[in-house]
Amino acid sequence: MRAFKLLLLSTALAMTTAASAEIRVGFVTSLSGAGSSIGIPYGRGAAAAYEYRSEVGGEKIRLIQLDDGSDPSSATRNTRKLVEEEKVDILIGTATAPSTIAMAAVAGELKTPMIAVSPINLTASGEQWAIAVPQPATLLVKVVADRMVRDGVKNVGFIGFSDAWGDLVYTGAKAAEQAGLIKVLTNERYARADTSVTGQILKVMAARPDGVLNGGSGTQGALPLLSLAERGYKGRNYGTVALINPDFVRVGGKAAEGIQVSAGPVIVAEQLPDNHFSKKISLAFREAYQKANNMPTTDVFSAYAFDGWLIFLGAAERALKVAKPGTPEFRTALKDEIFKTKELAGTHAVYNFKPGETYGVDDRALVIVKLENGTWKYAP
Amino acid sequence: MTPDIAAILGVDGIATGAIYVLVAIGTVLIFTVTRVIFIPFGDIAAFTALTLAALDTGQVPGTIGLLVALACLATLVEVTSLVRKQAYREIPYAFLYYLVIPAAIALVVWLLIPLKPPLPVRLAMALLLILPIAPLLDRIVFRPIADGTVLLLLIVSVALHFALVGLGLLFFGPEGVRTEPLSSFHMEIAGIMLSGQTILIVVAAIVFSALLYLFFDFTLVGKSLRATAINRTGARLMGIRPARAGTVAYLLGSLMAGVSGILIAPVNTIFYDSGFLIGLKAFVGAIIGGLASYPGTAIGAIFVGILESFASFQSSAFKDVIVFSMLIPILIWRSLAALHSEEEVDE
Repeated sequence: MRAFKLLLLSTALAMTTAASAEIRVGFVTSLSGAGSSIGIPYGRGAAAAYEYRSEVGGEKIRLIQLDDGSDPSSATRNTRKLVEEEKVDILIGTATAPSTIAMAAVAGELKTPMIAVSPINLTASGEQWAIAVPQPATLLVKVVADRMVRDGVKNVGFIGFSDAWGDLVYTGAKAAEQAGLIKVLTNERYARADTSVTGQILKVMAARPDGVLNGGSGTQGALPLLSLAERGYKGRNYGTVALINPDFVRVGGKAAEGIQVSAGPVIVAEQLPDNHFSKKISLAFREAYQKANNMPTTDVFSAYAFDGWLIFLGAAERALKVAKPGTPEFRTALKDEIFKTKELAGTHAVYNFKPGETYGVDDRALVIVKLENGTWKYAP
Repeated sequence: MTPDIAAILGVDGIATGAIYVLVAIGTVLIFTVTRVIFIPFGDIAAFTALTLAALDTGQVPGTIGLLVALACLATLVEVTSLVRKQAYREIPYAFLYYLVIPAAIALVVWLLIPLKPPLPVRLAMALLLILPIAPLLDRIVFRPIADGTVLLLLIVSVALHFALVGLGLLFFGPEGVRTEPLSSFHMEIAGIMLSGQTILIVVAAIVFSALLYLFFDFTLVGKSLRATAINRTGARLMGIRPARAGTVAYLLGSLMAGVSGILIAPVNTIFYDSGFLIGLKAFVGAIIGGLASYPGTAIGAIFVGILESFASFQSSAFKDVIVFSMLIPILIWRSLAALHSEEEVDE
């Protein structure tokens, strides 16, 4: 018995030493449930990131992935498990905003740094342990509004989802109105399950806008465009990155032609000029993605997970000089170093993080792309 | 609002309402015969759309897996109950109806997929795959509790809806689909554009309502269904088997759901969970008809469609609120107008 206990102890010791020789990354995403159409790409993006680089400063990185089933309570449970049982040094996740917020709360409580890959607004209470990678919705709309000004579009009709996403885009449009860029004439809403938006489109048309801003997402975002075309609308169409998916182009067809949306530069990586910050890293990302998943990238989400990984790599390299992985000191150092991220070029943006701010991106994080003959074209 | 806009909204509302008519009539049909408020009705419509979309792209639809799984389960339930009743002679029939026929349908569809059949054949394939699902669910879920109260049946029906949504995600995946329009025809009447799809939807609603009327008034099966609807015990005494009547009702109901699913697929992106809202709005229409009268249901469903269309113009963010708020005055009016029903006396 005594020998057995000794054995146990020595194995435990061996394991702790082994653990301290590697950096552990806890990654949560939604592989099932309502958020899985976004969560699965995040998972593939993380696989690509691991393929891209799996060691930093001479230390091996171990990636531990868990599924939260698009359920905030399960995200909470998984986060706790990752930190308390797997002793991860950093957390990355997850696909839906409610789950991401739940994760961030646990990260703050257990004092583990977290990189959120969904756009969330963290209410600052106490010490900040989390940052978010994606472009915030207000920025998405602001870049579109700038383009509208350039196109000479002043009066804008808005039609979007009757949910949080529609609200975010509408708030962004209102902010652009406050800044004196555009005038928002309508606030029409429709639900994902609606079969017709004729009423809303008639109202938008009656306001006689120069351009229409689309606050929908994915395939269902094509519905207003189809109705607008049917009613003989000849003005310009604008939208956000949320519209970009292969089905949107297929369903929208001719009606979607010419729509301009703001999106991360990675979408049109091969069309970017050579000196663009995103070109080299985006192409490296695509190559790693192909290698890790055996398929080409078609989405915008996987690149967020990849950028999260880049932010982590940079911070970990600096933090390793201060402390050893697997210790609370390392986690604190990692957090401090994340907030010292300066001019880090990722696939989506150039990242600069500051304590007290969730987001670290600026105007450079978005380019305007235009749908021409069924493909997205870089339109600087 | 100008007369022009009102006319366009009216046409749009009638087209939406016509979809609700199909679903609502199916709901009423199943309710009157079996006393089950079949909440998963909208899900069946959505599954048809997803099946058709998979067939269009030459993929094997998840419906095949669902159908085979349900058929095995139903056979097991049926055979067990027959063994308990020691009715061994009926076991071969149970295998035929619950296993062989659904499996044969699945097999035929599966064999046809690689041949890339034309659109009418694909429509028939989608309908054939969908038709057995509701009767099989009836055998597995509702038959054992057929004599329960309406409330019990309703709660089980809600549970079944959630189970089906989960199965839908498993078998069809999280992505939405939209199929090619069935016709690219367009015409203009008095300055109002009518698309071929709109006309098709309205015509389908009229044709199926008329067929149902003929079926109920002029065929023996139809009359036996009506008899079961009016009085279960009485019908039984006259030699009508309520279980059989229930199966026929579910088959007819599935047909209506399937047709509405096919009609709605080119108009809107359908997800595995899209059916619920369609079913719920149709249910509002059915309540206007008192869950009993077919003409009342049809008028109610059209009314819901038109109300929705005008509400989406006036205040789009509150559209659904307006539609579902209608339930309150309708229920007050119905409870004041109607006398106590037989059901309440029974319980």
